[in-house]
Amino acid sequence: MARIPTTHDPFNAVAEPKRRQILEALGAAERSVNEIVELLGWPQPMVSKHLGVLKKVGLVHERREGRQRLYRANLAKLKPIYDWVLPFEQYWSESYDRLDEVLADIQKKEK
Amino acid sequence: MSEKKNKTTSTAEPGKQELFITREFDAPRELVFKAHTDPDIYVRWLGPRGLTMDLVTFEPVSGGCWRYIQKDEHGNEFCFHGVYHDVMAPERIIGTFEFEGLPESGHVILETTTFVALPGGKTLVRTQSVYRSVEDRDGMIAAGMESGTVDSYERLDETLATMK
Repeated sequence: MARIPTTHDPFNAVAEPKRRQILEALGAAERSVNEIVELLGWPQPMVSKHLGVLKKVGLVHERREGRQRLYRANLAKLKPIYDWVLPFEQYWSESYDRLDEVLADIQKKEK
Repeated sequence: MSEKKNKTTSTAEPGKQELFITREFDAPRELVFKAHTDPDIYVRWLGPRGLTMDLVTFEPVSGGCWRYIQKDEHGNEFCFHGVYHDVMAPERIIGTFEFEGLPESGHVILETTTFVALPGGKTLVRTQSVYRSVEDRDGMIAAGMESGTVDSYERLDETLATMK
């Protein structure tokens, strides 16, 4: 199978920190470009550029309302990515805390 | 437990393909190593508490395979597999790691775990994970590093504070 180009792959699209910040700024809300610009304090063309990539890979939905375009994060598309990335360190932290208990238990029995 | 927990530390330098996870244990090296290669002990600790662990294949010897499935309370399954490249008791395990739930296969990670004996019967476990690309690494960990990790650190700090 040919490798999917970076900008068409949601997985790679969120590798860019600025795009993750946009997704975080959107959260569960629907926002206009201006609102995102205000929240993040970035130049409008920069926000639009990253929104364009996120839209292309289906990570945000765009809706027109009058002269405004409103954006919302596509949580269903994000879920498989975040299921994996979010628990990464927490996963090991929790595992190792459990290992502490197992090791203590084994050492107690050996005594 | 009244004892203060040891802290799990992960470091990922910008622009690199690697990630380190470090943790100290109050147990001798042989035992900590055994906890990584004995299937009965392994299933007791690997993965967060809420998940059930199904060790489908487990051959912790050089050239062996492994595969496990973790299930959460909603029935979601997370499958992982890889091969053991080099298992050298009690100091080192080298192997591959792949999460089967990604949009495409082939995002393999090369993991080297070293077990260092410390004075006082303690052990330092350090894992270096090398990803195929910087994008792979950042894509897999960055969201967790920047939001989830900070969050889990904060929660860990809170937990630690209540233990003092």
